[in-house]
Amino acid sequence: MLDALRHHLGLTGSKKGCDHGQCGACTVMVNGRRINACLTLACMHDGDEVTTIEGLGQPDALNPLQEAFVREDGFQCGYCTPGQICSATAMLQEISEGWPSHVTQDLEAGAELTPEEISERMSGNLCRCSAYPNIVEAIRVAAGKQA
Amino acid sequence: MTEPFQMDHPATDRRLDDMAQGLVGAPLDRPDGPLKVTGTATYANEWQVEGMVHGVMVRAPGNSGRVVLSNTAEVARMPGVLSVVQDDRMLRNPAQGGANEAPVQGPHHAAYFGQLVAVVVAESFEQARHAAQSLKVTLDDAEQVAVTPEGAAVERQTDKTLDQGDLDRAMDEAAHSVDVVYTTPSHSSSPMEPHASIASWEGEDLTLRGSYQMLKFNRNELADSLGIHPDRVRILSPYVGGGFGSKLGLAPEAVAAAVAAKAVGRPVSVALHRQQVYEATMRRSETRQRLRLAADAEGRLIGFGHEARVSNLPGETFAEPVLQASHFLYAGANRKMSLDLARVHRLCAGSVRAPGEAVGVTVVENAMDELAHAAGLDPVELRLRNIPPTDPESGKEYSSRRFREALESGAEIFGWSDRPGVKERREGDWLIGYGMASAARVNVLKESEARVTLLSDGTARVETDMTDIGTGTYAILGQIAGDMLGLPRDSVEVVLGDTNLPSGSGSGGSWGASSSGSAVYLACAAIRQQIAQRLDVDEHDLLLKDAQATFNNRTETLADILQGHEIAKLGHVKPGDTSDAVRQATFGAYFAEVGVNAVTGETRVRRMHGTFAAGRILNAKTARSQCLGGMTFGIGMALMEEVAFDPRDGHVVNHNLAEYHIPVNADVPQLTVELLEERDDWASPVQAKGIGELGICGAGAAITNAIFNATGVRVRDYPATLDKLIAELP
Amino acid sequence: MKPFDYIRADSPDQASDHAAQGGVFIAGGTNLLDLMKLEVMTPDALIDINRLDLNQIDETDDGGLRIGALVSNSDLANDTRVRRHWPVLSRALLAGASGQLRNKATTGGNLLQRTRCLYFYDRAMACNKREPGSGCAARDGFNRSLAVLGTSEHCIATHPSDMAVAMRALGAEVETLTREGETRRLTLDQLYRLPGDRPDIETVLAPGELITAVVLPAPVEGRQTYRKVRDRASYAFALVSVAGIVEMQDGRIARADLAFGGLAPKPWRDADVEAALQGEAPSDALFKKAADVLLRDAQGFGENDFKLPLARRTLVSVLEELTEARR
Repeated sequence: MLDALRHHLGLTGSKKGCDHGQCGACTVMVNGRRINACLTLACMHDGDEVTTIEGLGQPDALNPLQEAFVREDGFQCGYCTPGQICSATAMLQEISEGWPSHVTQDLEAGAELTPEEISERMSGNLCRCSAYPNIVEAIRVAAGKQA
Repeated sequence: MTEPFQMDHPATDRRLDDMAQGLVGAPLDRPDGPLKVTGTATYANEWQVEGMVHGVMVRAPGNSGRVVLSNTAEVARMPGVLSVVQDDRMLRNPAQGGANEAPVQGPHHAAYFGQLVAVVVAESFEQARHAAQSLKVTLDDAEQVAVTPEGAAVERQTDKTLDQGDLDRAMDEAAHSVDVVYTTPSHSSSPMEPHASIASWEGEDLTLRGSYQMLKFNRNELADSLGIHPDRVRILSPYVGGGFGSKLGLAPEAVAAAVAAKAVGRPVSVALHRQQVYEATMRRSETRQRLRLAADAEGRLIGFGHEARVSNLPGETFAEPVLQASHFLYAGANRKMSLDLARVHRLCAGSVRAPGEAVGVTVVENAMDELAHAAGLDPVELRLRNIPPTDPESGKEYSSRRFREALESGAEIFGWSDRPGVKERREGDWLIGYGMASAARVNVLKESEARVTLLSDGTARVETDMTDIGTGTYAILGQIAGDMLGLPRDSVEVVLGDTNLPSGSGSGGSWGASSSGSAVYLACAAIRQQIAQRLDVDEHDLLLKDAQATFNNRTETLADILQGHEIAKLGHVKPGDTSDAVRQATFGAYFAEVGVNAVTGETRVRRMHGTFAAGRILNAKTARSQCLGGMTFGIGMALMEEVAFDPRDGHVVNHNLAEYHIPVNADVPQLTVELLEERDDWASPVQAKGIGELGICGAGAAITNAIFNATGVRVRDYPATLDKLIAELP
Repeated sequence: MKPFDYIRADSPDQASDHAAQGGVFIAGGTNLLDLMKLEVMTPDALIDINRLDLNQIDETDDGGLRIGALVSNSDLANDTRVRRHWPVLSRALLAGASGQLRNKATTGGNLLQRTRCLYFYDRAMACNKREPGSGCAARDGFNRSLAVLGTSEHCIATHPSDMAVAMRALGAEVETLTREGETRRLTLDQLYRLPGDRPDIETVLAPGELITAVVLPAPVEGRQTYRKVRDRASYAFALVSVAGIVEMQDGRIARADLAFGGLAPKPWRDADVEAALQGEAPSDALFKKAADVLLRDAQGFGENDFKLPLARRTLVSVLEELTEARR
């Protein structure tokens, strides 16, 4: 799917960092759920709704999460950023639906939007510039705004 | 055209401080941010070039011998395949940063496992990849070659040898001493964007869209590799998905794309696979470092010895400059230093973020921690006692050095006074420890040019082939121009990453911001002069703000003053006498709290703080982010990063991002950073020094020192993975 | 990646037929496509089974759960019944991979993922699993992550799954549909083969045999935990993991179900370890004895020697936690 997006549809917002599901730069949402576009085939998603970074906002019309990433400097080189933002978008939905994570104390209770929870849930998106603290902050800011 | 400005005298005028627009230093958002967060910034392999086809490179399956491609004809007949290219001009390994000429070339002989020896070009990426995987590569006449530094021939770097006083005697006479050997493994820059180039020819003119850090050098390296004149080469690199040294010098994919594009007569894109980034770009050399520290009864250093062994491929001159900061960081009259280079057949060793200090200062800071423990001194106090009044070898003054303040302020912010004794604090299964380390990195100014055009409508454009690899160049150059010309940030357009533009310093060695920023500053200063002349006022009496000029109690808009004309000036800065007149470096201090799992030996960083002084801070937001990144590299170095080489053939075993562990979000707590106010008049016309690498230079030691504080265990073989701890845990 | 035919299966029977002719099932694809891109796996055909109706989690008559093979790792981890009654399974799933991968990876696919041995992944290296008879380059190579139990002279690969470790402790069974249209049930112990002299054959599944579900037995009494030890805080494979369920009665261990990851070519369970614990009062000496039993035949290969003390310490700690005998 990643090559289909990048080479055939000209949608280069989804990045190829490893091509093997080891970095998260290609994260897109399929029917609202985040996946690694590099580890699936486009033909397996006939009829599915695929949302890439191109579907979330434009440079002159950023969505709140994108705005927060800019303001909190949640990136440096920017290569992992579309994946981070797609991932965070779906991740916030997962938290709102009560999904637990590896660091959630009580499996049956919902999770709070703590830095620890965000960090664990965003660990599938590597950032070598290490904007991690700023990414966490951007997500908190954006989530607070949405709430 | 203005004369080059040579940095022969300290820039005491500090003109930026006089400006009224208030941009420089402010924590402004990056202007490139909206493009990056929407996926619309165009990285190397994302240009839609008409007629483009794809090349995939092929590796040597061994570390020596003549490369034989045995089924080339068969592969060439595979669907979509246009050509199998193996050309003498292809690179054996990347150019070193700033090489300015071709590195060792030739794909017909393997020098290390994973060397890229051919490129297969096909209509589609999928076809090229499959064809490349189908190409049979064997090696004839392979020899037994050294793949580990232990078994390799060693060359002493005589120009790096120092013998001052009598260290052996100092060690004998010392009240407290340490004599320890530390080892650090190879590291990989691992930028998130793999190296990629798209080459397209128009006649004999080549355009390369690449992912590179230092374009003026890369252009010459590419031209020299191809045997053509640099004027025929244009490189475009407006967005770079991380470099960390690995994109300083021209890499194999660029030449492969260029020769392949010529061969097939169409633009060719060659993107390295992640595995190839690990196997055939650059590694940081592994190091073996012996530290000898001799101190008197009060903990004052009387001797400082640092002897290191690093490695590289035969034919490469780069030797990881491990001793770089050891020359000036601490006192000690008796000094001994040496650097040995072992010749190994592993991928090329070169610059990885902060070559030298990243591992050198880290190990010095471990040894200092050992000395503090031996002397019964607070590690911060030990360092404070050993800040030399002047450079301990040359006697030169320091250009600026807020080292003491960084140690003291960092300790205060972190709460260092709450430091537990060794093995004293435990929370459940977690052993808690504090550690600290100093930060130090040499400072360098590089020749750099930029053109600034004040347009007739009262906006400005900054142009240079300088790059922004995430460092914030787009932000800071606009801020400097905005301040100097009295323009709001949005009224300054910054155009980067094109060798048709004036030659910038490139992004490397932390010099990018101060060097290219100075070029922009100088161009703007010349524009200010011209405006002042036109208005017949002294430039110092000209106040520019919000696109208006105030002078002689009058205010006019810049547009009115320009009367339909524009003013374009080239700023050109060169290093000069100030480089050698004083010792120039940046300083800081790190503080870390770790938890070590008493059962498993897993270490997690719970808190980490850094205080840094690096001259004028040009943008507090992007500078802080650079420090966060450096400190995280330190976390990686301390706890997980290691390029694992198979000791039998030297191949990189963990050549992917699942097994070459770089920190994930969960490994990094909410780091804090303090930037100290400083002006360094000796460093650059804008009084800025470099900050891009300072955050890593010693960071790992704060963590491993904290592990000692938590557990009483010294891991002297980086990284401090759990297997090195469990045997000694309770 | 070698060109392949893509076939979307509409029924399990059809899927089995195609697979029996040399095709390979693709569900999540998170490991298969990874390996195909490297041409470590080169199937002629992929049979997409995602449209089969195998994504339900149903309660069984005896109070257990029947988990469809296509249920994603996320959905399984988040299922309220699993979180409440089989928390060790939720925990194991959540400790694995990343949010993105868990959304795509399926229950059946997770069980059948291949080893992460770096020599298996590199076509320039000898590997009996990838290319039978070529040798094992890992054994004397960089083998830090590899197995110490159940190895053979031909292979020291580990099975990388976290989920399967929890399922092994829970006594889960795999339900399959054979090409002949028969349903069969296999315990995980039966499902996986040890490498022996054929490390390329990893399970007892016949050509075309499709995993349709995993069946969990009814919930058991006692405390459950999944402890995963790894080199970074998240998104890393286990060096050692322990799934444990311990039921205490009158201060004694009534039952201890223990399974281990990161140690062996398959999720490891050793009845002798559990027998050593059963009926005994918890004590440090007992736990260490259990670890001795677990590791009685363990063999390190140099870089991975540390797994022996690590497994011992982790097991003891898990038993302390589950028996509430913590210091």
